[in-house]
This record gives sequence, C-alpha cells and structure tokens, in this order.
Amino acid sequence: MTYLPHTEEDISEMLQVIGASSLDELFSGVPEDCRMAGGLKLPGPVTEWELNDMMAALAKTMAVAPEYKVFLGAGSYHHYIPATISYLLGRSEFSTSYTPYQPEISQGTLQAVFEYQTFVSLLLGMDVANASLYDGASALAEGLLMAARVNGLKKVALSSLIHPSYRQVVRTYLQPAGFEIIELPHTPEGRTELAGLKSLEGLGAVAVQSPNFVGCMEDLAAAADLAHSTGALLVASFTEPLAFGLYRSPGSLGADICCGEGQSFGIAQSYGGPGLGMFACLKRYVRSMPGRLVGRTEDRDGKPGFVLTLATREQHIRREKATSNICTNSGLCAVTAAMYMASLGGSGLRELARLNYDKSEYLKNELRKAGFGIPFSAPTFNEFVVELPAGSQAVYHRLLDRKMVAGLPLCSFYPGMDDRYLLCVTETRTKMDMDELVSRLKADYPVA
Amino acid sequence: MKEFAGSSGLVLNEPLLFDRGKRGRCGMSLPRRDVDHFPVDEELEGRGPDFPDLAETEVVRHYTRLSTWNFGVDTGMYPLGSCTMKYNPKTNEKQAALAGFAGAHPLLPEELSQGALKMMFELERFLAEITGMDAVSLQPAAGAQGELAGMLVFHAYHGSKGRRRSKIIVPDTAHGTNPASAALCGFSPVKVGSNDRGVLSVEAVAAAMDEDTAGIMVTNPNTLGFFEENIRGIVDIVHAKGGLVYADGANMNAVLGMVSMGDIGIDVLHLNLHKTFSTPHGGGGPGAGPLCVRKHLEPFLPTPRIVEEGGSYRLASDFPLSIGKLHAFHGNVGIMIRAYSYILSLGPELKRVSQLAVLNANYLKEKLKTILHLAYDRPCMHECVFSDKLQAPLKISTLDMVKRLIDYGFHPPTIYFPLVVPGAIMIEPTETECKEELDLFVEAFREIVKEAGENPELLHNAPWRPKVRRLDETSAARNPRLTCAGVINGERKS
Repeated sequence: MTYLPHTEEDISEMLQVIGASSLDELFSGVPEDCRMAGGLKLPGPVTEWELNDMMAALAKTMAVAPEYKVFLGAGSYHHYIPATISYLLGRSEFSTSYTPYQPEISQGTLQAVFEYQTFVSLLLGMDVANASLYDGASALAEGLLMAARVNGLKKVALSSLIHPSYRQVVRTYLQPAGFEIIELPHTPEGRTELAGLKSLEGLGAVAVQSPNFVGCMEDLAAAADLAHSTGALLVASFTEPLAFGLYRSPGSLGADICCGEGQSFGIAQSYGGPGLGMFACLKRYVRSMPGRLVGRTEDRDGKPGFVLTLATREQHIRREKATSNICTNSGLCAVTAAMYMASLGGSGLRELARLNYDKSEYLKNELRKAGFGIPFSAPTFNEFVVELPAGSQAVYHRLLDRKMVAGLPLCSFYPGMDDRYLLCVTETRTKMDMDELVSRLKADYPVA
Repeated sequence: MKEFAGSSGLVLNEPLLFDRGKRGRCGMSLPRRDVDHFPVDEELEGRGPDFPDLAETEVVRHYTRLSTWNFGVDTGMYPLGSCTMKYNPKTNEKQAALAGFAGAHPLLPEELSQGALKMMFELERFLAEITGMDAVSLQPAAGAQGELAGMLVFHAYHGSKGRRRSKIIVPDTAHGTNPASAALCGFSPVKVGSNDRGVLSVEAVAAAMDEDTAGIMVTNPNTLGFFEENIRGIVDIVHAKGGLVYADGANMNAVLGMVSMGDIGIDVLHLNLHKTFSTPHGGGGPGAGPLCVRKHLEPFLPTPRIVEEGGSYRLASDFPLSIGKLHAFHGNVGIMIRAYSYILSLGPELKRVSQLAVLNANYLKEKLKTILHLAYDRPCMHECVFSDKLQAPLKISTLDMVKRLIDYGFHPPTIYFPLVVPGAIMIEPTETECKEELDLFVEAFREIVKEAGENPELLHNAPWRPKVRRLDETSAARNPRLTCAGVINGERKS
C-alpha cells in the first residue's frame, strides 16, 4: 500500500528497539476479551485504477450539468466556479494543515481567514464575522443560542419561510435545552407575518430569512423594529449571500446577528456538503459569539501577524461553559469563499448579482406571459415560486425524462402547495434553457 | 549532525487584499448577458459591498504567497497528538471532484442521485463493520457535532423511558468538546480522574455513577495513548444503573481491525473522517463526524436515513423517535467520498494502518524517553505523552522546546494537553511517517535538549526561521482587531 512506508526490514528494526517480537505484541495493552474476533469484512483493497472506475460509475448516475438542466436552488446554488479557485485550492499548504494553533507557521491560513472575516462583515453590513461554522442551518441554531446567552430569554420566534431543514435543525439544537419555539405564519405576498410579534412576551430572538425559502425579500427593517420593541434580537438568516450584491445587507437594516450559508461563493454543491456557515454580529456581542476568531497582532519584532483570539469563549478552555461546542469548522470553505469574493471584487459581485436577478426575472416574466401563476408578489432575487395547473406531478416527471429538473416541488414542505414549484435561475442558466423550459411547460398545458 | 528540513529562504511579503486593487478590475470572467435589465425595487436595492476590485494575477499571487507561510502534512511531519495528521491521499481529492459528485444538487430526485446514495449507504456499512456497531448516520459535520448527536441520543433515549437525567461522567482525559457538547443537552459533567496507570478504574466510575447520571463519555484509546483496559467493567457498572456508554472515536486510528467497539459494550460512538479516514483537515475544517450506534439506539439516529430496497436507495424520514436533523442536507458528502475512497483503497489492510501507527508511536516513545521525561512508562497505543519535567530546572518549558522544533522543520506536537500531565507534549506520529523521518524527529529533539543546556535563549526566543516570530496573543485578546483597519459597521471608511 503506497500510503504505508514501512518495509519488513524497518518493522523488524523498530520492533527490536521497542523490545517486542511482533506487531501483535504491541497491543498487549488491549485485554483479550476486548479483541476483535476475525478480520475486517471489507471489500478491497482496490488499486487506484480500479477505484477510478468504481467512482466514475457511481458519479455517472448523478443528474448534473451540462447533461441536465437543473432549476433547483433552495439552499444550494449552481454558480460558476472559476479555474483560479480550484487551482489555488490545490495549494495543499492550505488543505493539509490543521486548525492554526501554531501561528508562526500558519500565517497563510490566518491571514486568509482574517480577510474572509472582513469580506463577510462588509457583505452582511455587520461589525464582526467569525471564522465559519458548519453550514447555514447550524449557524442559525447557533445564532439563536447566542441570542439567548445575550438576553437570557429562551423563547424564540421563527419565520415559517425559513428553509424547512434549517427550522428542523434549530429544533434539534434548541429543544433539549428547554427552548420555546413559535412559528410565524406568512402573508399572501410571500413574506413573514410579523403582526403577531407585538403580543409575544419574553421573546429573546426573532429569526427571519431573506431572501426567504420561497425566494422573496423580507422587510427586515420592520422585523428589526418589531423585534427590538419587544426586547428581542433580530437574527437574520440567508441561504443565498449573492443577493447582498444587489439588495441592502441585513446589517444595514437592523439585524443583530446574521447567519447563513456561503456555498454560493465558489464552493462545489457536492450533494449538499461541505457548506459554509457564515456568522456575523454586532461588536457589543462578540464575546458571546460561537466559533473561532482570527485577530491581528504583532510578533516580538513588531512585525504584523495574526492569531486565533478570544479563545476564552471556546470549548477547549471553558469546557461546559463555552459559547459553543464547535471545534472543527469549515475553514477551507471560508478560504474558498474569500478567494471567490476577491476574484469578483465589489464591481463583479454587483454585476453577477444583477445578472442572476435579471435572468430570474426573465423566466418569471416568460412564465407569467405563458399563463402560469406567480403566487407571491414580493420582490425576489434568483428564486421564485411558480404555480402550475392541477396534475403538475406528471408534467414534472415528464420534464425529468427530458433531463430537465423544473425546480423543487413544494408539496412536501407546505400544505396547500401541491402544484407550486420553487425555481432557481443563476448565471449558469442561459436564455435558451429558460425558453426551453417555458415551451415544454406550454406544450404540456396546451390550454394554459 | 544530520541535515534537517528546516532552513531559511526568501519569504515574500504580501499585503492584505483590502490594501490592494483598483476600481474597475475584475479577477473573474462573467457569462455574456443574454437577457435585458429588469427594474429593481428601489427601497430594497443597496449599493453592494465595498470589496476591492482585483485582477486575476493579483488574486493568484496573493493566495500563492499566503500558502507559502503555512505548514501542512504535505510540507512535513505533523505529530499533533489526538489529531491524527496522517497523509491525505491525492486520489481521494480527485474522486470528490468528479463532476457527478461535486456538481450534484442535494435535493435532486432520488432516482437521479443513486450514485451518491449508494456511496453513502455503503460507507455506513463499512463504518459499522469497522466499529462493530449496528447502525450509522453520516450527517454530523464534524467530531463535535457527532458528539452533540451522541448526547442528543442519550437525551432522547432516557426521554423515551420517561426519565430525565441531569449528569454525565466525563473523565479528566476527555477532549474539551465533550463537556461542551453534553452541556447543550442539559447534562452537567461530573469529572472522574484516571488512576496511576493513566486509565479509568471501575471503582472510580462506580463511585460516580448513579440513577441521575445519563451515562459516561469515554475517549478510547484515551488522550494519554492508553487503551481503557477496564472498559468492560465500566460498561457493566454504567448499564446496571440504566446509563449509556459513549465513546469518542477521535483515537480510532489505534484500533482499526483490533477492537470491536460494539462487542465491548459501547452504545454510541462518533468517528472523525478527517482523522482516522485520511480526509484533509483544511486548516480547521471541513470534517465529518459520523455517529455509530448499537441496535437498541438506531431509532434515535438523525434523519433522513438512507434505505436500500432491491438495489435502489432512498431517503427515509419516518422515524418518530429520531433526534431530528443536524445538517441542512445530508452532511459533508464531499468528505464522505474521500473516506469511502480511502477505505476501498485499504480494505482489510486497515488493520495494518493501526499496527503501524502503534509501531511508530512506541518507537518514538522508546527513542525519546532517554531525552524527555515520559509521563507513563508503559507501552502506548497511537500516541505518547512526555513533559518538560527534565528541562524545567533550566527554565525551559514545553512551549520553548516545541517552538524550536519549528526551526528544525517539524510541526509541534499537541502541548499542555491532556491536563493530567503538567507541561504535556503529546506526540502522534501516525502510520504514514517512515522510520527515517522519525529518526530525524528524535535527532531534532536531541539537539533541542542540548541547546536547552548550552544556549537557553535560543529556545526562549524560538522560532527564528518562520515569517513571523512569537506573536502577542495577550494584546490580541485585550484589544481585538477582527477585521481590516478602516472597516466600521460593515463599511469601509477611507
């Protein structure tokens, strides 16, 4: 095996130094009644050649571009990843290092993450961002736990238009700790119904996602005002950070904690993970923040450098009193996102965001012109809901046969949405793809 | 004197990205616009973040220069105890980058994602076979999330029996994440010390275990590098009081094919794919922390589960006792592909991985114990723990010695952990280091110990060769500067 460098000669020399007669004897510390009976029943070992064939066969069954036209978003977005990103990620000094506990030989990771923190705080309009959490869902759960640390209140209101999986993860994290979770309904125009907030007492946090799960931009300013008037913090969630290239940032609209998924920024979709939990907050709450932080400092010669800092919040120092149990995060994905934001720059980000918006508006418009329903009227970014006439499941499956995934059926997520589909259009979808989708739908619904 | 890898050379400076760039540059090609502009809601529209505009060359050079300031496993030996910094095979990267995997949307209909589901289903079976456990969930995104999932299973299991338990036993040799994960489920940790052999005794656990205690979290082998030899007795005590046994599998690299965790009575175990199963650490992540349980706890595993029927695979969520979801989608699939490739590449030879990992650790222990103080002089598993006891009279600390190790071209071991050994130096060489490299590491320590006597200042001020020297962590924490200068309230002020 190429990963194991020992020759038989090495092994016998080393055993001699140790004073053991065999490799098995090295395990004398494991009592007999704890030994595994028999060998491991695993396939292999396979050669690299065989592995290539096996993995290619598995990968071939997956419906991906360019063979398939996939109009799916809902928390995972198909954006173009420039060649520079994959090339730079091949610098294994980034990928094969550990968490930067030894700053003198980790300045590459530390500066890259420090710059990532700056990018994220500019993007979200917040004072400080951490070095990343796992994904958007756990970031939201951590955001709500943090809000409870800040104001001591274990009652939270969640918009029902937050990604359904995110809400499930929030329940998993919060329920054992005795939180009360209230779901806020939504309005006919596709936004969270905030009116009920006023009557809620002892509320610690209000969580709203914008753009929300059905693609609509929320009125975050109103949500912030209402949350603050009841003494709660506004936790702003998101799944598509590219939206903030076009729309105002959650921070500028009054969010106290801002957390979401950063996969859109140069990270492969990879069937849903690894992703990137982006997390930012106001400066006054930084000591309650979960996760790692990189700070700027100087070395003994006065040269600038970077270190992990405010570690007294963390599990390895504070143990059960830590602000979170997180240790390993999504470091390399954070560096990837920073590379992507650096490559786009401010001008490029705006242009790309605008292109996503315009393409998605184009499809929305064409569908509307073709007679299909667009049930939610609130402004959207690169996702929106279309309502097809009854019997849409069969149509959806016929499109699948034609290698077109016409969005996400919402029937299993919300009652009464049997014929509604969440469509996503990024810069990777062409006008031709969209025209084809509309004409196929029209062909299936001649009367529409 | 041998020639060490550590050397000086031209190290290039590189400013912060925010101090570079010019408005109007772009480092990325955008697709041609094929649709018109549509009006944007004026109230919602913003100006977009004020990122610097950079050319492609600037970006590539920036990150290439930064990378040269980093030390990775590909750079040199990285003997961080309990972190298992083994070589990360390159073919695994290639498999994870296959367009069918990397480009796959997580909400694709099941019939269009059979390859990924099959891979995940088989990886679950492989991990069950390796650990001797019955069922696996791949959803946890890292070790600490796997631990949290394990504690949620404890919580849900006791809940299903109609009882609430408020405590959990955590030994003093446990990872720091253990108590933090337990606290999230409302369990308060009860610390139990290890005995003079560096392991838990049945008596100590018996004294702490009662019917208000949910169970115990054991790292086995533990962070001193010893197999918890009394584990069967401990399991019996905990089970007798209605508790469960959780094993932190961070150190599984020592016992692959040697110990079946299921057979010795472990109820719940998490693995770190980024330790034992060779996926890269990424400078802090992403990892993956699968959760393995025995049959009686399977109903509590996170959902969705992957179900096989007649050769096809689907995701199933109908498990009413499940602790719920932990990840937006299915977990870190990109990491799973790497681990799956690794397991296939080694197959039953995984046992040899552990044998050689233990061989390397014992070899280092024997060679180094004439130079450094060995905390427990007995055969170890995958790692061994030394201390600065012999150097303390010279006013030389563990920190001084390991910082000097950097100048010789080695990454320092884990230091000051476990807490039960003051001034601990915890060394885990892993199986992928060859004998010559281990010998060089020993020689480096020999030189350093010599320098400690002859020229202590050399150590007090080490390291000398990296781009920066020891950094002022105190002022970094006292006056945190967490974004580039000039960024205030999420905006750049010039």
